[in-house]
Amino acid sequence: MKFLEHKAKEVFARYGIPVPGGVVASRPEDIVDPPLPCMVKAQVLVGGRGKAGGIRPANTLDEARTVAGEILGMNIGGYTVKQVYLEQRLDISRELYLSYTIDRSAREALLMASALGGVEIEAVPHEQIFMEHVPVLVGPQPYIWRALLRKLALPKEIGDQIVDIAWNAYNLFCKEDAELVEINPLAVTSDGRVVAGDAKLVVDDNAEYRHPEYAALDQDRTPLEEEAHAKGIAFIQLDGDIGVIANGAGLTMATLDVLNLKGGKGGTFLDLGGTDDPAKVAEAFELLLKAKPSAILLNIFGGITKADTVALGVKQAIDVMHAKVPVVARIKGVNEDKAKEILRGVGMFPAETIEEAAELAVKARRGAA
Amino acid sequence: MAVLLTKKSRVVVQGITGHQGQFHTRAMLDFGTKVVAGVTPGRGGQKIEGVPVYDGVDEAVRRKKANASIIFVPAAYAKDAVIEAVEAGIQLIAVITEHIPFHDALEFQPYARSKGVTVIGPNCPGIASPGQAKMGIMPNRIFRPGDVGVISRSGTLTYEIVNAITEAGLGQTTCIGIGGDPIIGTNMVEALARFQKDRATKKIVLVGEIGGTAEEEAAAFIGKRAMKPVVAYVAGRTAPPGKRMGHAGAIIQGGRGTAESKVKAFADAGVPVAQYPDDVASLVAAA
Repeated sequence: MKFLEHKAKEVFARYGIPVPGGVVASRPEDIVDPPLPCMVKAQVLVGGRGKAGGIRPANTLDEARTVAGEILGMNIGGYTVKQVYLEQRLDISRELYLSYTIDRSAREALLMASALGGVEIEAVPHEQIFMEHVPVLVGPQPYIWRALLRKLALPKEIGDQIVDIAWNAYNLFCKEDAELVEINPLAVTSDGRVVAGDAKLVVDDNAEYRHPEYAALDQDRTPLEEEAHAKGIAFIQLDGDIGVIANGAGLTMATLDVLNLKGGKGGTFLDLGGTDDPAKVAEAFELLLKAKPSAILLNIFGGITKADTVALGVKQAIDVMHAKVPVVARIKGVNEDKAKEILRGVGMFPAETIEEAAELAVKARRGAA
Repeated sequence: MAVLLTKKSRVVVQGITGHQGQFHTRAMLDFGTKVVAGVTPGRGGQKIEGVPVYDGVDEAVRRKKANASIIFVPAAYAKDAVIEAVEAGIQLIAVITEHIPFHDALEFQPYARSKGVTVIGPNCPGIASPGQAKMGIMPNRIFRPGDVGVISRSGTLTYEIVNAITEAGLGQTTCIGIGGDPIIGTNMVEALARFQKDRATKKIVLVGEIGGTAEEEAAAFIGKRAMKPVVAYVAGRTAPPGKRMGHAGAIIQGGRGTAESKVKAFADAGVPVAQYPDDVASLVAAA
């Protein structure tokens, strides 16, 4: 679950991380009493807002409304700006960086900090970044803060505030099941306060059951992806035209890759998972058909999944939807001969291998065009 | 020989009374696995497929000398199940469960490791040593005893590739499904090191996918020593950045974790990379 800046800052404030304070608006006329002077900030789930002109200053209410009106509706990195955050403008003397992520290789939490902030961390020279793993079983010990302060070499009054923020951000990271907590810039104001200038927060989807209050957050999903998510189906819309459905994430990815090598382009990633329940198969197919594919490529390697019941589900979906989309199916597993018969019976093309199926799908699409 | 799991392993099934637990207990028995006990809290005393069920793992260890565990319990209870198994003295744990919160894994993985326990997964199909034992959900019929060690981040894609290896007349020592999550107990390098040491294993197959840097680390490991022949496949060459492709760990983030980077790392280490999944079998045969 990704958080918009203002939502992330709400969580930050709860954990005692200083934030500037501001108001959210989705229409200029809703802006009544913004903190002034302020920054008007586009609320989108992608980076690069500043460069795209999505963060601009305003000094008066009128100006704030005008600027907000210009930013709302903007397209930033493919996302339409639906909300702006009008935030108290900080008098910033320097910009730092602080984050917690999960280091997959080390299998531990990773604290990163730098005295160089405000730019992408990837652009900061490696030797300027403080990196320390935090063993979550025991939590951060004081040596980590000592090492952090040595590396950043900041005045004591600033350093103390940073340690507080690092502690609070760590608590947030663990208690909120975060994958990412990033403060960039972590701003030092001219009067010596340390404040979160920006806020990035990503909470692990697997932990949604522990944080039901975040379920309603707007995610960067297409309407069909949203529908799939609600139904618990792993579904992603891609920019090709052939609907790809398979069982298992790895096999679905591999099927898309094979299709590409055969000159086709996948329009969907749909992982059917371990089910052979005809109703579930039909549900997945209905979703796929809504994406309006030029052809459908189904690839099932049935371990336990019964090939014939999957085929029945496909037949049922095609019947119900009166779909005229060519379907190429490669179903391997228990009762695969029965499955082939069922598929042929409804005018589908059974294939033996993934490669053959991909070739047939590309041909079927051409035939349809 | 085989790695980690052999015919001597005495397996307890945590979550045996569930639909999955029950089904796969039958399949594991059919594979020849010594499934000695099952555990479901509050359901002790009954039998599933002839296997006695206990209320706790400690009982299964005490009465049946269980030393390996396969976990089927729901995600919310998986951390509890792993710690319980570790505390009961289990040495090898395969966590099949999907969607376990990352922070739970951040806790139980180092804990198990600190106790010298090997965890496989989570979000994995388990481990199988053909002719000996299976602690997982892979279909039995795709395997055949042989000299190829298989390491994979995926489930069905592994079946596909193992099946192709078997159809090509080869077989496997052990197949380890290391799991599709970001935080896994046995990573690609650790699995590689085990197969490198195993005398029965002559060739190794790596099935990787986008996300993280496990493949790059495996390639660096291979590049640094005289290894048995290794063949690889990488899924997700056409996956878009920023999207989680089904597996929690399959995501290209900040330009890291791309298939190109992995394929290149393997190529640089002299590891042949199959273009199509089924080509793995012919590459292994030729290796």
